[in-house]
Amino acid sequence: MNDIDTDIIVEAIRKLECDLPEDIERKLLEIREKEEGLSRIVVDSIIENIKYAREEKVPICQDTGIIEFFVKCSKEFKKIKKVIEEAIRRAVKEVPIRANTVNPFTRENQGENLGRFHPIIHFEYEDDGFIEIDILAKGAGSENVSRVYMLDPLKGIKGIKEAVIDTVRKADGKPCPPIIVGIGIGGNMELAIHLSKCALLRPINQRSSYEVARNLEEELIEEINNLGIGPMGFGGKTTALNVAIEWAHCHTASLPLCVNIQCWALRRISILYDGKETKIVR
Amino acid sequence: MEKKLRLLGENMEIWKLDTILNDEIIEKISIGDIVYFSGILFTMRDMAHLRAVELLRKGEYLPFDLKNRVIYHCGPLLKGLKVVSAGPTTSMRMEELEEELIRLTGLKGIVGKGGMGEKTLNALKKYHCIYMEFPGGAGALAAKQIKNVKEVYWRDLGDPEAVWVFEVKDFGPCIVTMDSRGNKIR
Repeated sequence: MNDIDTDIIVEAIRKLECDLPEDIERKLLEIREKEEGLSRIVVDSIIENIKYAREEKVPICQDTGIIEFFVKCSKEFKKIKKVIEEAIRRAVKEVPIRANTVNPFTRENQGENLGRFHPIIHFEYEDDGFIEIDILAKGAGSENVSRVYMLDPLKGIKGIKEAVIDTVRKADGKPCPPIIVGIGIGGNMELAIHLSKCALLRPINQRSSYEVARNLEEELIEEINNLGIGPMGFGGKTTALNVAIEWAHCHTASLPLCVNIQCWALRRISILYDGKETKIVR
Repeated sequence: MEKKLRLLGENMEIWKLDTILNDEIIEKISIGDIVYFSGILFTMRDMAHLRAVELLRKGEYLPFDLKNRVIYHCGPLLKGLKVVSAGPTTSMRMEELEEELIRLTGLKGIVGKGGMGEKTLNALKKYHCIYMEFPGGAGALAAKQIKNVKEVYWRDLGDPEAVWVFEVKDFGPCIVTMDSRGNKIR
């Protein structure tokens, strides 16, 4: 098989967990200069940790998260699902990644990161011959403080801003700030959530192509940083490294909003197959 | 063993401590201080808190003694018995049970992240205990300072939830954000 095999997915998971995307690391280096006191000490530890994890090829954070796959391909869904499953099984031992999935009722952990509806894979149709897999590993600390709102349409952009700020304020130091805020606006309830995750996949310096969303992103970055929560909640100038919005049209009576809080360790990576060769890209 | 290293700021000190604490040391430590531990830490998160408190409520003993010891809110990642990544988990999830665990075991130090609530703050004051934070997400760095796994208890809870006994060397920075006099950062 010369398109997507288990080896390349295990390799992508290793890089995903042990090495942070370059845009995030650059941003952390940049904000380090603006912080002082305990916040500076904390950012220094974060930067030292990133370098050490990369050199030693060990996961940046012990919470290697729930690994979520966003797959675009033609008609090979079944095959790719099996390959991803096997890659997760292997990654638990080989990378290693922590066995995180449990039965929600009994809390029993089977130790493989599999189980009912796992791994989580979203499929989209792509033209024949091409395959793209975006992978996101997200820990519970930041997922636990993410929120969904079904706002009244009359609340408008002001209501969206209030809900975002309220979510970030309540999350405080818990989700390991400085955070990245992925926002999904519109669609229906589950599409808003999906869009908020897609927003986290975007490079952090890439603004929305839609002017209204772009302005909102910029205003929110400023307002969130004015909260002063700072790195790990120790106070400071940087609470958010970025805010990214993805949106969809919605029902005339609805205004769905998902505020997806992501810790500083935004672990994302992609695998591309163009019909000839397969490569891991960031 | 206690050693003050240097002043960080006006009222901030860096401490090098072993992991058997006492009231005398605890009283001297204040919010904003930074501690580096050498000795042993017990990882305890959600399920270990629940099991420990349920046993103690029934008057039973734990298979390990936490008197004067330090616990770590952490679900480590291991390869075999080697710790590869072991940063702190969000402490607030343990808020409901922490006061009881402190009271029933006599533990003296807690390391976690994100801060804890009023109930724990009162318990720290009443039972002379401190709460510290290791930088969240810095799991690889934490693992570097964990030299050895000495023991593991309650592995049936699943590896992230089990109680791992780690031998650590200069484990930190553990930033004191809640002290035994009712002060807190945030």
